[in-house]
Amino acid sequence: MIRAELTKFRSVRAWVAGIAVAFLAIVGLGLLGASGIQQDCMGRPCPPTPTGPGGEAVDDHFSYVHQTLDGDGELTAHVAAFTGIITYPPPNHDTIVNGLVPWAKAGIMVKDGTKEGATYAAVMLTGEHGVRLQHDFTEDKAGPANASWLRLARAGDTITAYASADGAAWSTVGTATLKDLPKPVDIGLFVASPQNVTSVASPRGGSLVQARFTQATAVFDSVDRTGKWAFTEVGDNGMQTDWEKNDQPAGFTQDQGRITVSGSGDIAPAAQEGGPTIAFTLTGMIVALMAVIIVAVLFITGEYRRGLIRTTFAAMPGRGRVLTAKAAVIGAITFVCGLIGAAIIVPLGAHVVRSNHVNLLPTSAGTQIRVIVGAALLLSLAAIFAYAVGAALRRGVLAIALAVVLLVLPYLLATTSLLPTAAGQWLLRLTPAAGFAFQQVLPAYHQVAKPYTPADGYYPLAPWAGLAVLAAWGAAMLGLAVLRARRSDA
Amino acid sequence: MEAIIEVSELHKRFGAAVALDGMTFTAGPGLVTGFVGPNGAGKSTTMRVILGLDRPDSGTALVGGRPYASLRNPLTHLGALIDPGALQPGRSGRNHLLWLAQSQGLGAKRVDEVLDLTAMRPVARRRAGGYSLGMRQRLGIAAALLGDPPVLMLDEPFNGLDPEGIVWMRGLLRSLAAEGRAVLVSSHLMSELQDVAGHVVLVGAGTVVESSSTADLTGRYGSLEAAYLELTRGTGVLR
Repeated sequence: MIRAELTKFRSVRAWVAGIAVAFLAIVGLGLLGASGIQQDCMGRPCPPTPTGPGGEAVDDHFSYVHQTLDGDGELTAHVAAFTGIITYPPPNHDTIVNGLVPWAKAGIMVKDGTKEGATYAAVMLTGEHGVRLQHDFTEDKAGPANASWLRLARAGDTITAYASADGAAWSTVGTATLKDLPKPVDIGLFVASPQNVTSVASPRGGSLVQARFTQATAVFDSVDRTGKWAFTEVGDNGMQTDWEKNDQPAGFTQDQGRITVSGSGDIAPAAQEGGPTIAFTLTGMIVALMAVIIVAVLFITGEYRRGLIRTTFAAMPGRGRVLTAKAAVIGAITFVCGLIGAAIIVPLGAHVVRSNHVNLLPTSAGTQIRVIVGAALLLSLAAIFAYAVGAALRRGVLAIALAVVLLVLPYLLATTSLLPTAAGQWLLRLTPAAGFAFQQVLPAYHQVAKPYTPADGYYPLAPWAGLAVLAAWGAAMLGLAVLRARRSDA
Repeated sequence: MEAIIEVSELHKRFGAAVALDGMTFTAGPGLVTGFVGPNGAGKSTTMRVILGLDRPDSGTALVGGRPYASLRNPLTHLGALIDPGALQPGRSGRNHLLWLAQSQGLGAKRVDEVLDLTAMRPVARRRAGGYSLGMRQRLGIAAALLGDPPVLMLDEPFNGLDPEGIVWMRGLLRSLAAEGRAVLVSSHLMSELQDVAGHVVLVGAGTVVESSSTADLTGRYGSLEAAYLELTRGTGVLR
């Protein structure tokens, strides 16, 4: 039965050509898209995006007052004051206001030197999220909400964080293990203040994302280490805002036991502002999907239109089995097409992007494989879905239109920010377009305040969950088609 | 399997229209059975019911004693020509037969055999969309013969054939019956049937009007055509 249906498919040149078009779109348009990506920093190639110990691209920019710690030891400090400014926030955007962004950070850090991306662990007070223990950019653990005394102790590779409300009764926040931490490390006080990001509904649809410079200042006292402190603005790109030039530069002052540190920036995994991801190599997917949808629909509606379905059912009276076998054939053909296409374009596109001096965000091998297999599955499940719509409706043009409206249109609406973010997210949860979730390369982090919208490459469902939604749509449609075929005269 | 089609008390309505109204007949082995009647008498519906394509409201249609849908590799039990135009235009005749053969567990060798049998070999690799009506008819016959079935059911096999083709078809039907197969043939061409059919089932308004040997009918009415006109008078309603 499968063999017969395979013969049916490959013996119609137009259908084979349609699959070839899909393949060429994935590779050709992917290459075109990849070679079109430009990036420059003030007219020069951008410096490479730093990476953290886990290999991910990171943002590592903060003010650090530090000294060497040779071997084991600890540092205790009291955060006596933690204030900041936010430049020109809404609603009026006309003044610089006092205040801290929710993830402004001030605290104690152990770091393997001051190089961007070097391994670290830090205990900190935040603008609105209490005490946290963070390490190696991606890890975050909550501590008490109302403590202002912080302590960080290093013993070998293990860093233990403590917090206290009064400097007398201490509780453990947690421990972090920093792999292969050398004997001499830096220990000290740090301040970071991420940009103030807002996302508001745009009057013309979609959302407007704005990011504003902020700065935080922390006053530390009861610092229990003596010795000379050095200051480094880690990740300093040499640029200064007017506020830093005229009012308060990043830096530190020492007045007897009190150390005041001012700084901006964040210590966190980088998102797309760090550069494109490998998902940018899949620009040909939409055209490929269109081709695959048309072929998949015609594969079945052509039989109904010409009465050939009677010959098929006369030769293979098990109607449910025939319709399922056909689905398997179209699914397998499109899977292979998508798999080969994606397996070529993802590494090749990445190579092209990099050779244009664009900082492609590093991606683990596992994620690359997921994106490649996900692209193949999207194509395959979309073909099965479209085929099943065709089998249920038995009308080619109608089925193609419906498949596009249900699968491609929600994706375009949600990711081009034509819709409010929440509406777009619901579309990507409920419609077959949920399958596009496999494209998300960068995880969303709760400790990094960014608009995680579909337009930014963040999907409301996990990759496999999204593909499962698409598969469920395909299965439901196929069930409907089988039911109709069994009930009615052919 | 016994070479026989048994149709018993078939009833079927399409909405208000009665298509089959107690259709009952048998097409036995070693015989060409003519299946004749005016348009709308229920011939095509009966054939679709025999193939399990249409479901009757009541009654049974058995092929070799079994419902068609329960047959394994059904084309090896019954070969049918229903609609020769039911082809994917972009697919060649040979590939059309190839998928049919594969669906019955048959190989490409059998495809070439039936292509030779129907003289379709020279055009077999052309797109079916470009076939003449005669070529489509021959391809349909090739598909019916593919499984070397003991029972054949052909709807208007003479349609679109040139005189040479008609002679060929007559010879084919005779030899198929001579091999002991049951051959049910519907046609409007009484003169063609008179020459090949041993038995005639005359239907009108969804039921059998007369079922007799050809010799008996021609004896009584002079010719099959005269018998047809006499017996189906008044039953040919256009619906």
